Amino acid sequence: MSNKKKKKLTPTQLEYQAFAQAREPKRPIVLNCLKAFLVGGLICVIGQGIQMFFVTYFHFSQESAGNPTVAVLIILTVLLTGLGVFDHIAQWAGAGTIIPVTGFANTMASAAIDHRSEGYVLGVGGNMFKISGPVIVYGVFSAFVVSLVVIISRALGVM
Amino acid sequence: MLQGHQTWVFDSKPTIIASAAVGGPHEAQGPLAEDFDLLHEDFWLGQDSFEKAEKKLQEQACETAIKKANLKKVDVQFLLAGDLMNQTVPSSFAARTLGVPFLGLYGACSTSMEGLALASLLVDSRFAKNALVCVSSHNAASEKQYRYPTEYGAQKPPTAQWTVTGSGAALVADHGEGPKVTSATIGRVIDMGLSDPFNMGAAMAPAAVDTIEAHFRDLNKDPSYYDVIATGDLGRVGHRIAGDLLKKHGLNIPEEIFTDCGILIYRKDQPIVLAGGSGCACAATTTFGHFLNRMRKGEIKKLLVIATGALLSPMSYQQKESIPSVAHAVSIEL
Repeated sequence: MSNKKKKKLTPTQLEYQAFAQAREPKRPIVLNCLKAFLVGGLICVIGQGIQMFFVTYFHFSQESAGNPTVAVLIILTVLLTGLGVFDHIAQWAGAGTIIPVTGFANTMASAAIDHRSEGYVLGVGGNMFKISGPVIVYGVFSAFVVSLVVIISRALGVM
Repeated sequence: MLQGHQTWVFDSKPTIIASAAVGGPHEAQGPLAEDFDLLHEDFWLGQDSFEKAEKKLQEQACETAIKKANLKKVDVQFLLAGDLMNQTVPSSFAARTLGVPFLGLYGACSTSMEGLALASLLVDSRFAKNALVCVSSHNAASEKQYRYPTEYGAQKPPTAQWTVTGSGAALVADHGEGPKVTSATIGRVIDMGLSDPFNMGAAMAPAAVDTIEAHFRDLNKDPSYYDVIATGDLGRVGHRIAGDLLKKHGLNIPEEIFTDCGILIYRKDQPIVLAGGSGCACAATTTFGHFLNRMRKGEIKKLLVIATGALLSPMSYQQKESIPSVAHAVSIEL
């Protein structure tokens, strides 16, 4: 907890929070990192395999094979999400599954599944980006800022 | 009759003439499966939304309890029901099906004991000959509303709890056979400034402690008076904190009688539940199913249940509010 937040608390609250914290199980960070490394790495290996498959059998170039590779990973994730398996894998793998493109596909698929009962327009359409929306908004915005910086620095002859 | 600051003592001893518990697939794998009247393998209960499934759970719990009491729907005078959903729709919709005069309740996961206390009050004050209490929660419906989509793959910390899918109902009447409701302690809202919705046990433990202390202070009793003292849904984390906090405050509850519904309802090796069960149905199904069955068998003679509720909303959490909690205690004796 940040110091700013702590200032608002009364001494009794602070005392209790320290008391409670001493009795709470901690997130096993080292183990979680290891699992994330293994699973994240495995997903990358699978991705590499798919890419090589496209290059070898479908005459894609190394670069153009990227798009179909990502598409395959997304389809696989959406399938696993729909079958109700992905969240169990993710509980074990943590950042290993949420950081690669699999995580992004899962956020959209899971929200769409959950809100199917409210209809296709307001339910699926309106809620699909519930979690992934912020990623897109700030992803696009930061890309815009970065490109602006690049353009200006080029114009000024810095780069 | 009010005794002390916040405890009602029911002199006429309202009787729980029947009770029922309905559960879902994870509860069926738990150690209390035998105590459920009805267990569903299907998370959806054949409905097309989780919310409708929750309504169905309530309907079934109410109908089972009424049937067990050898009554008909029209014989029930009042229905007090609650759940965790926005505007408590599963309760209202189940009440529509039952067609009984209805009071909707919200006390988060403490609703079961809030309802039982109020139903007993109605019966004890002779404003009703009988009153039906029913509460429910549905894992997927709650996850969808309070946290992330059900299938979302975010890793939960070990302090997180698993919302029970189920519903518990109890029919309280002015006469008849069964365990009696003897007193109820209405809790204050306590806020210790915790704000992590994945650690509700720690947020609710102080509320449970406050109500337990008030109960014994008001009634001037010792914890050893009871055979079982059970908190509602503190889980492994919150229950340990509550136990230690009570000790720190000088109230020693013997460890063998102090338990928690959120710990009892699932096996330790059900990894999905992490710190234990939570939700309205956690205290409700465990009390109205497991505990009352044990009382009817004579295994428990004096029971105290302290249902704990975290009074947060998804919006209050996003607005960085802390989690206020409340706990209500009800004593049931043979």
